[in-house]
Amino acid sequence: MAKKQKKQVEEKPYKKPLIKKRKPNRSIAGDFFLYLFLVIVAFIMAFPIIYAVSSALKPLDELFKFPPRIFAQHPTLDNFSDLFVTMGKSWVTFSRYLFNTVFITFVGTFGHLIIASMGAFVLAKYEFPGNAAFFKLVTVAMMFTGYVTQIPNYLILNKLGWIDTYWSIIIPAFASPMGLFLMKQFMEGLPTSLIEAAKIDGANEWRVFYQIVMPNVKPAWMTLIIFSVQALWNNKASTYIYSEERKTLVYALQQIQAGGIARTGQGAAVLVVVMVVPILIFVFSESQILETMASSGLKD
Amino acid sequence: MEKTENMNMFRKYVTLRRHEAGVAWKKAKARKMCYLFLAPYAILFTMFYVFPVVASIYYSFTYYNILEPPRFIGLSNYISLILEDDIFLIGIKNTFMIAIITGPLGYILSFLFAWLINELPRWVRSVAVIVFYAPSIAGNCYVIFSVFFRGDAYGYVNAFLMNIGLIDKPILWLINPDYMLPICMLVILWMSLGTGFLSFVAGLQGVDRSQFEAGYMDGVKNRWQELWYITLPNMKPMLMFGAVMSITQAFGVCDVTMALCGYPSTDYAARTIVTHLFDYGFSRFEMGYACAIATILFLIMILCNKAIQSLLRRVGT
Repeated sequence: MAKKQKKQVEEKPYKKPLIKKRKPNRSIAGDFFLYLFLVIVAFIMAFPIIYAVSSALKPLDELFKFPPRIFAQHPTLDNFSDLFVTMGKSWVTFSRYLFNTVFITFVGTFGHLIIASMGAFVLAKYEFPGNAAFFKLVTVAMMFTGYVTQIPNYLILNKLGWIDTYWSIIIPAFASPMGLFLMKQFMEGLPTSLIEAAKIDGANEWRVFYQIVMPNVKPAWMTLIIFSVQALWNNKASTYIYSEERKTLVYALQQIQAGGIARTGQGAAVLVVVMVVPILIFVFSESQILETMASSGLKD
Repeated sequence: MEKTENMNMFRKYVTLRRHEAGVAWKKAKARKMCYLFLAPYAILFTMFYVFPVVASIYYSFTYYNILEPPRFIGLSNYISLILEDDIFLIGIKNTFMIAIITGPLGYILSFLFAWLINELPRWVRSVAVIVFYAPSIAGNCYVIFSVFFRGDAYGYVNAFLMNIGLIDKPILWLINPDYMLPICMLVILWMSLGTGFLSFVAGLQGVDRSQFEAGYMDGVKNRWQELWYITLPNMKPMLMFGAVMSITQAFGVCDVTMALCGYPSTDYAARTIVTHLFDYGFSRFEMGYACAIATILFLIMILCNKAIQSLLRRVGT
């Protein structure tokens, strides 16, 4: 098949640019309807998010206007400042919830990145007994959700005395199987000669890891970061943490929404605070994440 | 005579095994560094992923309420789950309904959109990826749907339907058991273009272009033939990965139903396996019973994953 094609290209080299411009086996009507369909679906997908952002910007009188408008006519940031003002007087302030979430997300992601990368490095680049079996176990762990292990985890964390501390969320997040999986798959694409060259120059494994391997897998960092941030930032943490002052932003969001209709604007504002961080990280690192995901395939 | 032969075989086998173990041990010793690198992850992984599954299976055979030590009661947790617990059966039914509809549909949609945006110009494609992927990472953004589906006449869906004259009085979307599940499924589908979708987008970019050109020569007539004969077989590893993500998500559903329909929901109409697990684990502290639920969920997920994987292996062959 490939041979035949090569021959033809050699005979008529001027045909190639034509193919590149537009795939020859596409009908124009098909293209038109497919893209029209895509635009409509894209609008439906984006609508709830746009709506959330615009409600957060609406002043009180516009929030309850009927019929509603999608976009705020006089956008204000009152709802956001209200978060700090009204909740600033309550026992646990809004900034405290924000701090809890930021702390959990930052420490959890950082630790996960280091620990999973170290594991992935040896799994991808060295042969040792137990290597394949361990990786297989990790892929099996991706096949069930964290809810399955939640109850024994509670008992374990209880034994360790970590219930009602940040560590009950942070430490289990270090071992998330998805991060190790993606990192290992990506590191396998790294040329082994790179590592061997460094070894000949007299570097030990640790130096190879942090001077050669880690700088070369930066795209995978971003991927681990986005998945870890997404999981931790959206963590409700209500099962392992009881104390109000250690609860997270998502929990506060639920409390505000339970506060009823008068808190609609503030609820939308917290919603925006909660969703903006993972989305922004994704927007700024999309190409790197896609580069990593290209090696995400599950081979057997 | 035969016995001695067997014994010899056995002895050979043992020495061979012992030799292999010796070689493995030597290798392991030479690679001490590797184990040191893997140790932090391996320890935490065992502690929070492997051991809990084993513990969960163990506790599922006991009565355990944290205060007293666990007491072995055999299979009776499972028996009462299946024979006596009607609410659990509702949970199973709902979970399967949601999984069977949103799982495959979300998976197909992920692939479909990844494939459709694949031929767009580069910058349009990156915008499209953000638009499609954003709902799944937007945290609790799905609670905004409770505004759309509010039960009074001010809920947007109600207002819209009343304006065009389809209904004459508002529908209690999230309180009436008839509408709960469909609305939850809608929201879950909205969020279903997740990790699998990213994997598909990335995988499609990596398909070797010369294969398509070879395809034109060999008479691939339209985009659908191209999809089946060239694209799909190339995408197999990503399809597998996406399937794992979809199945795990489809059976673990609980956040959306809890946020939209309440916990507990009217008549337990939106109860899923996971909410039942929470109910027994963290409200009633019947850990043994909750572990039995967790074990059933674990088995369902693993078996389903294995089944789908063996199915996917046949794609394009």
